[in-house]
Amino acid sequence: MAAGASSGGSAKSDTYAEARNWLLLPSWIVIGIFVLIPVILMLIYSFLTKEFRGGVIWEFSLAAYDQFFFDRGLFGDSPPVIEWTYINIFWRSIWQAGLATLLSLAIGFPTAYFIATRPEKIRPAWVFLITIPYWVNLLIRTVSMKFLLRDQGPLNDFLLSIGVISDPIHIVNTNFAVQLGLFYSYLPFMVLPIYASVERYNFALSEAAADLYATKWVTLRRVLLPAVKPGVIAGCILVFVPSLGSFLAPDLLGGARNFMIGSLIEEQFKGNAGNWPFGAAASMILLSMVLVILMIFARQQAKANKGDA
Amino acid sequence: MASSKNDVRHYTGFFPITVLCLVILYAPLLVVTIYSLNDSNSITNWEGISFRWYVDVFTGPESDKFKTAAWNSFTIALMASVMATTIATLAATAMVRGGSFRGRGLSLGLISLPLMVPEIVTAVATLIFFSMIDFTRGYLTILVAHTAFCIPFAYLPISARMQGIDDNFEQAAMDLYASKRQAFTKILLPLMAPGIVSGLLLAFIVSLDDFIITNFVKGAGVETLPTAIFGSVKQGIKPNIMAISTMLLGFSIVLVTISFLISKSDNTK
Repeated sequence: MAAGASSGGSAKSDTYAEARNWLLLPSWIVIGIFVLIPVILMLIYSFLTKEFRGGVIWEFSLAAYDQFFFDRGLFGDSPPVIEWTYINIFWRSIWQAGLATLLSLAIGFPTAYFIATRPEKIRPAWVFLITIPYWVNLLIRTVSMKFLLRDQGPLNDFLLSIGVISDPIHIVNTNFAVQLGLFYSYLPFMVLPIYASVERYNFALSEAAADLYATKWVTLRRVLLPAVKPGVIAGCILVFVPSLGSFLAPDLLGGARNFMIGSLIEEQFKGNAGNWPFGAAASMILLSMVLVILMIFARQQAKANKGDA
Repeated sequence: MASSKNDVRHYTGFFPITVLCLVILYAPLLVVTIYSLNDSNSITNWEGISFRWYVDVFTGPESDKFKTAAWNSFTIALMASVMATTIATLAATAMVRGGSFRGRGLSLGLISLPLMVPEIVTAVATLIFFSMIDFTRGYLTILVAHTAFCIPFAYLPISARMQGIDDNFEQAAMDLYASKRQAFTKILLPLMAPGIVSGLLLAFIVSLDDFIITNFVKGAGVETLPTAIFGSVKQGIKPNIMAISTMLLGFSIVLVTISFLISKSDNTK
């Protein structure tokens, strides 16, 4: 997503213009065949009939979407009522991803601001410090988080030993653990865009506000925040979108009661209980939600860029 | 600029939050590293320092499984990142040095597609694709899937670097009768080296990191490190898993640090 923004404009050279189709061909082929065509196939699969041992029968059917939204009773002949099970799983995922985004914003904004106001020479080192954990295997990070937060884990041991608590606090298998896991998974996506905006921010504006007797917090809210809003929105979207479809954090930290979209989809493709068309339909619904968010975002960024020029 | 309380840039409380942020980011990794050195069969009780679980990873009952998984992970990551980087370098050349052309936006969209589609959706789609063409899932399907989704990760640093290189160098070479191919291989590619190396490293780490897509396309019997670790962790976190995790996280940190130093040495030039 960042790719689109960064390599958009800029003065262009056309040294290799004649060869460009050949140069682009490998990427078209590889991504076209192994990402684009599969996504189109998935759309088709969501309209097919399920085969009981996983897979599909090539017969058009709306059963997958019907099952997602409606309950027609045990034998499928009752009048349809709205089926809340899957809608609730989606709703919970949106809610969890939203809270994780807020948590990332609450911690990421001050961090990004702090880094952006360090002397220019040491900023890259700070950014590096924040991004290192992101490059550590996501599974390992999530397992580490679980290990730390367990009832008999080091965090509870520590809190018990200094006497802050008398019984271990249960964190694993709660919603909060999932939010913490998502925060941990995608924090750099929040910090980096906000950092980039604050770095470009003209602090003379804050000084002017201070000269006019604005308090610091008023300056933050009324002068700084509006100026860095594009970075904040970008950060929120970059955390929210991957959180929505995440699998590892809800699966390892949330347990069975905190099921999210990712687990619902995964379940349809594992073992014999799976329902491929239903899994494909759930994936399509997730993908549509993400694409709508990204489109709104792209339009807004385009508007913001026009405003700058 | 005064660093006093009157500095308009300074907000009390932002520094402690930054520290809190770093603590949250690093505490789990640090704790696992420390407990991987625990000389105990249980993961809860601390019984002194030893490397027995590291030894166990290489010689213990599960060592064969982990060795095979590690071999798969590293060979797939190596091949996928080399292919993705090659493809991304060619694509970046067309996008940055190919003038403006119809379909440029579309090509950019296609290249960044793996970043926009949620990973679990890509995983489902790829599984459906391989199952439809009746291709046996295994090592090869993992390799192909990894190559595809690594392309945008390699593309980002490479295209950024190429935008920073003035094309006068290539023009000068061609004025001196170098062919386009020579201008590309003798001038542009060497100047591109830092970008290509960081693209390669990022793609390598991303491939090594992947769990979800691999889990869908791996088929029975073929495991990479993340899928093997996941399978193991489902039965509870064991000390040998912490030893493997620590080695893998150390490895990632070393690679990222190299990538960072390369890009840094480049900016100060």
